[in-house]
Amino acid sequence: MRDVEQKMIERAAALLQNGEVARVVGWKKGEFYFDPAPAVFETVDELKDFVYNGFCGANLSKYLIKVSKNEGKTAIFMKPCDSYSFNQLVKEHRVDREKIYVIAVECQGKLDIEKIKANGVTAVTNVEENGDKVTVSSLYGETVLDKADVMLGKCLTCKGKTHQAKDEDIILHEMPAPANNRFDEVAKLEAMTEDERFAFWKEQLQKCIRCNACRNVCPACSCLKCVFDNPSSGVAAKANDDRFEEQLFHVIRAFHVSGRCTDCGECSRVCPQNIPLHLLNRKFIKDIDGFYGEYQAGETAEGKTPLTSYKEEDLEVSDVFKGEGK
Amino acid sequence: MQDVTTGNKEFKPNIVAFCCNWCSYAGADLAGSSRLTYPANVKIIRVPCSCRVNPMFVLKAFQQGADGVILCGCHPGDCHYVTGNYYTRRRMALLFSFLNYMGIEKERTRVEWVSAAEGAKFSAVMNDFVKTVTELGENKRLTDLRVKEGK
Repeated sequence: MRDVEQKMIERAAALLQNGEVARVVGWKKGEFYFDPAPAVFETVDELKDFVYNGFCGANLSKYLIKVSKNEGKTAIFMKPCDSYSFNQLVKEHRVDREKIYVIAVECQGKLDIEKIKANGVTAVTNVEENGDKVTVSSLYGETVLDKADVMLGKCLTCKGKTHQAKDEDIILHEMPAPANNRFDEVAKLEAMTEDERFAFWKEQLQKCIRCNACRNVCPACSCLKCVFDNPSSGVAAKANDDRFEEQLFHVIRAFHVSGRCTDCGECSRVCPQNIPLHLLNRKFIKDIDGFYGEYQAGETAEGKTPLTSYKEEDLEVSDVFKGEGK
Repeated sequence: MQDVTTGNKEFKPNIVAFCCNWCSYAGADLAGSSRLTYPANVKIIRVPCSCRVNPMFVLKAFQQGADGVILCGCHPGDCHYVTGNYYTRRRMALLFSFLNYMGIEKERTRVEWVSAAEGAKFSAVMNDFVKTVTELGENKRLTDLRVKEGK
C-alpha cells in the first residue's frame, strides 16, 4: 500500500503544481494511524499529511457536490465502489463531470478498526497487509490476524473491482476478486416468517438514536432540502420532533434512495449503533433486480432509474408475493 | 374500533382506500347507485390519479391507525394521464414487498384496478379486503417498529 500512497502523492503534487487542478480530494492523516479523514488539499505543501492506507474506507464522492462548485477543476481519488456513487451524482446533475478529474486507485478491501479492537488489539500504530493476513503493530507488540475477520462489512460483500469512471488510474497490484454474495443476508431474512422479521427489525431499529449519520454520509441523499430537516429549529440538520418521522425514518429513507442507492455500504459503516442499514437498501435492489431486470445504480451516468421508467408488461402488485411460498 | 351506535365491541378495521378520480372513484359511485354495499369502515380518499399517492401517504395512514391500505386506479393502459398507473405499479410493488420484509403482514396492503364501469368489482374488492383485514386484527406493527421493549 505504501507504494500506492507514494504514487498518489506524486500525482497529486504534479497536478496541483502544473495548475491542471485547483484542489485534490483525498484522505488526511488523523490523530491516530487508524482514523484518516476525508480532506481537500489545495497546495503541494498540504500533501505532507496525505495518507492512503487500509482505513481509508470513506466514500469521497459526496464531497464533490460542495467542492466542485468552486472555481477550477477538482481531482479526486476513487476506489472502485466510490465510482458508482460518483456516476449517480453526475447522472442526477449534482456534480459536473467536466470539472472533475478522476484518479482511480486500487483497493484491496478496507479494514474496520472496531473489529481489530474486538480481536484484543488496541493502540494500533501500523497495519501491514499481506494477502489473506494482516500484521497489526500496536504499542504492545505485533499480532497477525485473518484479513477476512477485520474487513469492513461492506468490503466482505464487495460488488466489483472495476472503476466505473476514471481519467487515469494508479493500480500497482492485482485486486482480489469481488465476493458477489451481497444478497445472501437479504435472502436469509426473506426466508424467515413475518413475525421473526418484525422481531429482527424491531430489535435493530430501536437502537437508532436518530443521529442522522446515515443520511449525512449517503451519496444518494443529496437533496438541497431534506424532509428530515427541521427548518424552524434554528439548528442546522436538527431532527424533527414528529412521531411519524421518528417511527418510520428508516422506511422513508430506504424508499427515497431506492433505485438510486449504489450499495456503497456507507450507512452501515458510519452507524454508531451498528444497525445493518444496508440490508434495507439491498432489499430494494434485490427486488428491482428480480421484478424489473438487473439494474446497478451508478454503472453509467446515463439512462433512467427503475422507478422513473416502466414497461407495459411489468409485474402486477398482486403477483409480488406469489410463488414465494410465504 | 368500537361501534358507537350499537356498543358492539367486535373489531372493525380502519381501512383507507385511495381511489383515482377517473376510474375507481366513479366505480364506487356506480356501486352506490347500483345499490351494492361495501363496509362503512372503508374511508375513501379521492386522488387525481393513483400515482398521486406518495408512498409516504401509505405509511402515514398506517401510522395514524389504519389497519389496511388499498389503492385503486384505472386498469393499466386506461390511465387518464396515460402512464400514471404504470409508475404506481412499480412503486407499490416495491413498497409493499419492502413492508413485508420489515414484518408487516402482506395482506394489509393491496392494489386493485377498478374501472368506472366496475361498480360490482369495487364492492366485491372492498368486502373481501375488509374481511381479510378483520381476520388479521389490529395493525400495531408500523407504529411499534422503533418502540423500545417495556415502554
